[in-house]
Amino acid sequence: MAISNYMSGIFGNSPIKPMQVHMDKVHDCVALLVPFFEAVVAEDWKKAEKKQNKISDLENEADALKKDLRLNLPKGLFMQVSRQDLLELLTIQDRVANKAKDVAGIILGRKIILPKKIALDFTKFVQRCVDASEQAKVTINELDELVETGFRGSEVKLVQSMIKKLDKIEADTDKLERKIREKLFAIENDMPPLEAMFLYKIIESTGDVADQAQRVGSRLQLLLAR
Amino acid sequence: MEIIIENATLFLILAGFFGLFMAWGIGANDVANAMATSVGSKALTIKHAIIIAAIFEFSGAVLAGGEVTKTIRKGIIDAGGLAATPELLVYGMLAALLAAGCWLLIASSKGWPVSTTHSIIGAIVGFAIVGIGMHAVNWGKVGFIVASWVVSPLLAGIVAFAIFRSVQKLILDTEKPFENAKKYVPIYIFMAGFMISLVTLVKGLKHIGLETTTMENYTYAVVVGLIIMVIGKHFINRIQFDQSLNKDFHYASVEKVFGVLMIVTACAMAFAHGSNDVANAVGPVAAVVSIVHNEGAIGQKSLLPIWVLLIGGVGIVIGLMMYGHKVMATVGKKITELTPSRGFAAELAAATTVVMASGTGLPISTTHTLVGAVLGVGMARGMAALNLTVIRNIFMSWIITLPAGGILAILFFFSLQGIFG
Repeated sequence: MAISNYMSGIFGNSPIKPMQVHMDKVHDCVALLVPFFEAVVAEDWKKAEKKQNKISDLENEADALKKDLRLNLPKGLFMQVSRQDLLELLTIQDRVANKAKDVAGIILGRKIILPKKIALDFTKFVQRCVDASEQAKVTINELDELVETGFRGSEVKLVQSMIKKLDKIEADTDKLERKIREKLFAIENDMPPLEAMFLYKIIESTGDVADQAQRVGSRLQLLLAR
Repeated sequence: MEIIIENATLFLILAGFFGLFMAWGIGANDVANAMATSVGSKALTIKHAIIIAAIFEFSGAVLAGGEVTKTIRKGIIDAGGLAATPELLVYGMLAALLAAGCWLLIASSKGWPVSTTHSIIGAIVGFAIVGIGMHAVNWGKVGFIVASWVVSPLLAGIVAFAIFRSVQKLILDTEKPFENAKKYVPIYIFMAGFMISLVTLVKGLKHIGLETTTMENYTYAVVVGLIIMVIGKHFINRIQFDQSLNKDFHYASVEKVFGVLMIVTACAMAFAHGSNDVANAVGPVAAVVSIVHNEGAIGQKSLLPIWVLLIGGVGIVIGLMMYGHKVMATVGKKITELTPSRGFAAELAAATTVVMASGTGLPISTTHTLVGAVLGVGMARGMAALNLTVIRNIFMSWIITLPAGGILAILFFFSLQGIFG
């Protein structure tokens, strides 16, 4: 006799763990920007290509996780947070990895060499952008604690302070970005115009990584406000 | 009359056997529902859950199951017009047991959300309408029972909501959840112990021949509650704040404290289930036994022989041993989202509701009540994701189970009538 049971049917699959797994994957991908830029600065294109491949792979994996989670979030689910908000948060998480992949792709594709005058600042800038992604990951890691407390109480305050820290990191990246732009502006006439244009584009795209990471925090804040 | 006296032993054996069959079905599937919440939250291992279920189902049935047994035995059918043909009632009760047992077996194998209570009530009402007549059914009482099927999940839901909100306010949403858990969880343990022992004292002891006054009842209930609380506190004090466990999930140690509480509520749940659902199997057996012992006279006052209750208890334990652990394992794996802080709130609310219904003699569905309680926790934003389609399935199961139990009972009723002439 095969006995199956219906009481367990009421417990839907929680989307929280998959959200965290996805964000972990996204950050793994973004974090590779640091070794990637090290290789670029050293003009070691073989190593850079290896890192870029890995970034691309991880981005694809994150994409697959995203699709899987979307398919497993049926409409009839009664959740602590709105389904719409959660799916939007997922989309934004995914964009962080997309941006990282964009940056690495453009640089490797054109073998762009960072001018010595901005290389040091740029490394710092990349590191700070990765910090933003890390902070977003740490914050998303609190989702299961938020579930535990029912999105109420002192845990909410803790998460809000984490989001504030994320905002601060993002503000840092903005400052660094401005500084690099100024330095690039000073030397742009000495280099081929097309190269200068692409450098501006890369600066912008790298900054987008931090921007999207910050948006993960803002979206989470909306979940808390309900 | 002659039929009953001639076939007395056969009727008793059949009743005992069918009752055992039904109790076995309850043990194989229904008990697992009541215990799976504890297994799923890892507060109990399957082995411990089975031991607890065996002990507390049995004591619940014996100590607090009397009222529901009485309802099933003689509350649903108005036996006034049956004085001349008491054998009809015997056939009917046997048919009802067999019908409910079979339906339970079919439904369990298909995974349909079927309640043992609904099966047996449907079966009894079914045979009464066709075998005796519309007038034979005590419609007022049946209406009341059906209403209680709607009310009990709602009530459990509201109680669970209130309990879980209090847990959030006092423990989870504070700055020091671990310290507060250690402080407040013993109070919840006291509540569980007090509530169960009070209902047992008020409704149960009279049944086994002990008379107590209201004052005494409350005093004893407080004492029992305190004793359980002290034991629970002892175990809670041994839980240390485990930094390594808390690294990934900060509430791991807090949930460990709730784990102690959940063992208590698991006992309460098994007790409540025993007090209400075992009567589904025992009630019809008791009716047959009573008629046979009184040589056909219906409605005579007679004490429930202890072997009737034993059949209920033994059947459940056999069912548990044979299939219960499998069901618990599969269900337990599926409901890992239910952490002890949630599980206890749902269990305490459901157990309270069921035990109160048992005290009033209302046969309700333990599982549906538990589902209501889980939803109550969900309403308090306690659950990450709940699948609401289950509610629709439960309503569907009502619509199917009542007639299915009834039709099967009618078939068996006429077969028995044909066999015994």
